[in-house]
Amino acid sequence: MAELTKTLPAPQTGKQRKSEDIGANTKHGIMSRRSKGDMVFDTLNTIFMIIFSIVILYPLLNMVAVSFNDGLDALKGGITLVPRVFTLKNYQTVLGKQSMFAAARTSVLRTVIGTVTSTMVTALLAYILSRKEFLFKKQLSLLYVVTMYVSGGLIPIFIVYKNLGLTNNFLVYILPGMVPAFSMLVLRTYMNGLPDSLAESAMIDGAGHMTIFIKIIFPLCMPVIATVALFTAVGQWNSWFDAMLYNKMDDDLTTLQYELMKLLSSVTNQKATAESAQHSTATVTPTSIRAAATVITSLPIIILYPFLQRYFVAGLTIGGVKE
Amino acid sequence: MFKDPDFAKKLKNQKSLLLLSIPFVVYVIIFNYAPLVGWLMAFQRYKPRDGLFHSEFIGLENFRFLFRNEDFILCVRNTLAMGIINLFLGTVCPIIFAILLSEFRFNMGKKFVQTISYLPHFLSMIILTGIVFDVLSMENGTINKVLMATGLIDKPVQWLAEPKYFWWIVAFATRWKETGWDSIIYLAAITSINPDLYEAASIDGAGRMRRIWHITLPGLKPTILILLIMNVGNVLNVGFELQYLLGNDLVKSVSETIDIYVLNYGIGKGNYAIGTAAGIFKSLVSIILIVIANTSAKAMGEESLY
Repeated sequence: MAELTKTLPAPQTGKQRKSEDIGANTKHGIMSRRSKGDMVFDTLNTIFMIIFSIVILYPLLNMVAVSFNDGLDALKGGITLVPRVFTLKNYQTVLGKQSMFAAARTSVLRTVIGTVTSTMVTALLAYILSRKEFLFKKQLSLLYVVTMYVSGGLIPIFIVYKNLGLTNNFLVYILPGMVPAFSMLVLRTYMNGLPDSLAESAMIDGAGHMTIFIKIIFPLCMPVIATVALFTAVGQWNSWFDAMLYNKMDDDLTTLQYELMKLLSSVTNQKATAESAQHSTATVTPTSIRAAATVITSLPIIILYPFLQRYFVAGLTIGGVKE
Repeated sequence: MFKDPDFAKKLKNQKSLLLLSIPFVVYVIIFNYAPLVGWLMAFQRYKPRDGLFHSEFIGLENFRFLFRNEDFILCVRNTLAMGIINLFLGTVCPIIFAILLSEFRFNMGKKFVQTISYLPHFLSMIILTGIVFDVLSMENGTINKVLMATGLIDKPVQWLAEPKYFWWIVAFATRWKETGWDSIIYLAAITSINPDLYEAASIDGAGRMRRIWHITLPGLKPTILILLIMNVGNVLNVGFELQYLLGNDLVKSVSETIDIYVLNYGIGKGNYAIGTAAGIFKSLVSIILIVIANTSAKAMGEESLY
């Protein structure tokens, strides 16, 4: 809190840069008084940052406002950040749809099951490959690293999956991509950094590899496991194409993202539907329903966002920046 | 090798590791390598009825068809155009954003802007498409309203129905989603630049712009080059999601990419052989591009990927 109060007045007094300033050029500001050019730069930069923030946030907040607004009223336009005619009807309509409910269930299931299995299995592979005594670690690593660069392409993959019986099958969300090579590399690097003595002493006590992995190594890798798991979870939650390609025939297996996509295409017939809506008692429109569905679909991401931010940036710097 | 008694002993000692790794070998072969066998289709008059091993081989006939096919040529052009726009903006915008953010004095504001700048990265393509539809809409779209209010246009523009705007809409939508995220790596690189350099420069009387130009940018150069090489190899991977979701019949001539062509021909029309050939073409060009980029980086005496 003390730091907060110290840094807050910086823009108002502004004449000197506080030494708490993070960033590249920390110290030089103290040395020199701010020149006129500096002031112009700072002013323009601040304006830019404000505009940038508005550009990012406004469309999202506007979507939230529309989702709480009466559908027909919203068509008149002019809704910005607060609903004009407040209603929960859009949400009631979305949540009341059987297809939406089933899709939400599938999305949650694929995210939970997919993330847990993928993270466990990938960590196990990383564990095997981090055993220094393992004779085939080079060959097995290569087998996986190659998959980062070479892919069979859409059609051959489609045919193989079809022959495996993965069409109209929930497993198509889980099995392909269960062992991402990149995550494996990140996990392996982390495990390689753990002291060998941990596994060795357990080995002497008679523990097998599975015991060592589950009881010792896996818990020690939690920070990086969290990163990988969050990566996987967001990917699972957001993907829509696999649902469209493999599972669109089965209503029980489509996902929220795919249902949202169907709502997108229905907006094209906006006017026709709006007119027909006027004759009925409903006051929802495709746009307002879509806004509500969008908010519901992005809710898990927003809730997870503080964690995402923390772990993703950490994960990115683990994997990306070499010094 | 297997006659070596030591080796046999080692092998026996790590029986459990070997047993554990077998499922992983089987898995990667089935899910990642088996589809590669399907590349044979591209050289066949493939009929699902005859299967991969009984279809007639026709050499490069499918590829010849592709290069005489106007639709495909258009798709290649669109992919390249959007790829190059994306490569350019995807390099320049995050660098500028990272520099401006690192020069931003207001600490709380810095954290705030940074936090919201990543947010769109985590939203799905479907949500992004919905936002683009909303923002560009004829009736209530923010863009039309702002442009009308400032007098830049007289009447609302139907942005998504005009072929000339499509590439730029895709480019700006991608930037909206990814600029903050892409800038993380540059921000990290800026933080690792020695602060003494800035101090020395300001003692010598260098202003903000000159410090950015002579210290920050040169400090970022290795990072920029490495990412550029990686992105050149990805130029054809502009994806198809946004193009597929935003595209409509009016802008078909500019919106369809190679991936969409593969989807339409392969899955839509059931012509697996042509679809596979188009996919192989894309992979080949990507590999050539990354080799060229890497070699030229080496020739310039810079870091390279391999």
